Amino acid sequence: MSAPARDIRRSAAGPVLSARDLHTWFELRQWGFLRVGSVRAVDGVNFELQAGEAVAFVGESGCGKSSLARTLLGLHQPTRGEVIFEGRSLGTLDARERKTYLARVGFVQQDPYGALPPFMDVRRILHEPLIVHGVRNRAEREKRAREALEEVRLSPPDDFLSKFPHMLSGGQQQRVVIARALILRPAMIIADEPVSMLDASVRVEILQLLRSIQTNHGLTLAFITHDLSTVRHFAERIFVMYAGRIVEQAPVNELLNHPQHPYTQALLGAISDPDPDNALQMREVPPGEPPSLLKPPAGCRFHPRCNRMIPGTCDQEDPPEFEPRNGHHTACWLYR
Amino acid sequence: MRPLLDGLRRMGRYPSALVGLAIIFALVGTAVFTVVTIPYGQALELWRGGDVWRMHPVNARPAWVDRIAGSNLPRTIVVSSDDAVIEEEPFVGGNRLRIPLEFDFDYDGFPSELNLFLTSSHTEREPFVRLTWETPDGRELNLGGRRPAREERVSISQDWELERRLGRVPHVGLFAAEPEGDGPPEVIGGRYRLVVDAITFEADARVDADLVVYGRVHGLAGTDHQRRDLMVALLWGIPVALAFGLLAAVGTTVTTLVIAAAGVWYGGWVDAVIQRLTEVNIILPMLPILVMVGTLYSTSIWVMLGVVIALGIFSAGIKMYRAMLLPIRESPYIEAAKAYGAGNARIILRYMIPRILPVLIPTFVTLIPTFVFLEASLALLGLGDPVLPTWGKVMNDAQTQSALYHGFYYWVLSPAALLMLTGLGFAMLGFALDRIFNPRLRTM
Repeated sequence: MSAPARDIRRSAAGPVLSARDLHTWFELRQWGFLRVGSVRAVDGVNFELQAGEAVAFVGESGCGKSSLARTLLGLHQPTRGEVIFEGRSLGTLDARERKTYLARVGFVQQDPYGALPPFMDVRRILHEPLIVHGVRNRAEREKRAREALEEVRLSPPDDFLSKFPHMLSGGQQQRVVIARALILRPAMIIADEPVSMLDASVRVEILQLLRSIQTNHGLTLAFITHDLSTVRHFAERIFVMYAGRIVEQAPVNELLNHPQHPYTQALLGAISDPDPDNALQMREVPPGEPPSLLKPPAGCRFHPRCNRMIPGTCDQEDPPEFEPRNGHHTACWLYR
Repeated sequence: MRPLLDGLRRMGRYPSALVGLAIIFALVGTAVFTVVTIPYGQALELWRGGDVWRMHPVNARPAWVDRIAGSNLPRTIVVSSDDAVIEEEPFVGGNRLRIPLEFDFDYDGFPSELNLFLTSSHTEREPFVRLTWETPDGRELNLGGRRPAREERVSISQDWELERRLGRVPHVGLFAAEPEGDGPPEVIGGRYRLVVDAITFEADARVDADLVVYGRVHGLAGTDHQRRDLMVALLWGIPVALAFGLLAAVGTTVTTLVIAAAGVWYGGWVDAVIQRLTEVNIILPMLPILVMVGTLYSTSIWVMLGVVIALGIFSAGIKMYRAMLLPIRESPYIEAAKAYGAGNARIILRYMIPRILPVLIPTFVTLIPTFVFLEASLALLGLGDPVLPTWGKVMNDAQTQSALYHGFYYWVLSPAALLMLTGLGFAMLGFALDRIFNPRLRTM
């Protein structure tokens, strides 16, 4: 596939998207008005994404990665902190600029069938974002819909344009979802577990598709997953999240080969191993469950489950970010 | 919109849907025919009653009742002097006219009434008129003389003098054989003649006469106590009922749906206000409020329609739609729409509502007849539109005139049958649509 002429990569150095001290808390109320606490889904996240890079956010379910994705998209209002896109904080955008921002960031969801309105055909599904963004000319919309379908390798487009979502396979549905995310020519795509609901046989195809679109267009791809085994080939950097925070970040090989944070080490240990010799070997799995986001533990959030916990430190003070290896950051008192 | 089209295509497989559609199309066709042949203004004029109907009998049964019963009850006979051979004999300062009004009477029963309408074209001096009744068996009866005004109605049936002379009410006595004993009077068939002898006292004055022998059956629908042909009301009842039912159903469904969707979408206090309003409105009794509006304000059908829609907006439907829309609000495709910047109105109207439309259509179709019945109930309670002929008003008249006590079953049954037919048509279609769009109800 030939690289298209448009190149959104910015010559000026600087992150495309960054999060500063981002908090997204959901208030819990009783009887509709009494505040009884907050679920701290995202609790102090900092990162920077460079143009054209593919990153993965990895963590267990309930660690706040989907909330993070929705906060980045502006679907949730951050409680504190800010999201900065191309130098501007999302909080300062007016309605019109916010809409433009939404066109610049595509969203790929987990459940492809649920993500497509069942009463619209593929044509209408692809036209909708263009209509919303004021592309009045029907021929122009049709042309872009066909381009998008070609791009996700649903060709010839005529076979798919008048189909309804229930007539497509799961993989085809997810391709339509990706086409819809691409049709506004975004600078960045946020994919929230894009393959976890697909058959194993089509997962790799979809991931390769996302990856090739990302490299061809120089898009920034934020890829959210709970599955460390798939990220190796589809991301350049990895952020490991735990209980609403990023506990470790590093380039992909560095992180997979030299995990620093005890949580990351445990996660890597939990990856199913194709080697039959290891099948009967008991693994060291961290005891307990992820902490309640309503009342996270004091100090390091992982300390109740950590086998290398330093009493008096880990259960008292929040660990700052350390850089034990070059380009490898982790929030763990072990590397003080 | 595809499931809608698919569903409509599948209707062919349900006989009840086809029957329902046939009934609805027949009603709509008749309604269009009615509105075209009897324009609105004319219908109102006819239904106001009065002189238009003077040639019609009072409380005549429909003709088909006669056919079914196998009897041969009299139809209405009108004999006009225009068709009669008039003998004229002028004299100085006037004219002597002899107008023989002849008709054949071959029925099993007696007429219901006998009237003579005289029209005189004199300017100052009234003519003198003498009436003679000739029966087929050769008797002659003098019905007296009079000096008619320009428009004179001679109510032969209510001539007490004549009634005393005949021993029976005139429209019976004049058609019966001489009374023998106490047996019931018997009709004499054959040619009757009413001779109008008129003497005018102005040279060019004329006298015209119309004799009306009122029958006991009339047309397809019969007549009411004001001589009005019930067909007018039965026919005009169709467009009125359909329009009322359809507008009320559309009005309440659309507003309820949009409000429910807006409440679900915005949530928070908007939803809370809508829910509380609905809860209060649900326990308000609709009929007493309508009766109150009808009694104190106006019984115009449009006012009633407005009140019905207004009361129907925050109805139990809101709860139902809310329950259906809540999971849809959370569905990923709505989130996706938000993520590409679709606005609130677009999400509500284009993404949420179309999702539940298929479920809604059967409910909507079955809702139409409930409003038709509501309108009829209001009319039956005497709160019908003051000028429009409707089914409910026919039944209201029937009730106030004790139709069932007098045995005028047709007066109650024909509007009731039309109401039931309307209900049946929409119900059959609605239930079939329900099976199509809500397949879980479909029988194995």
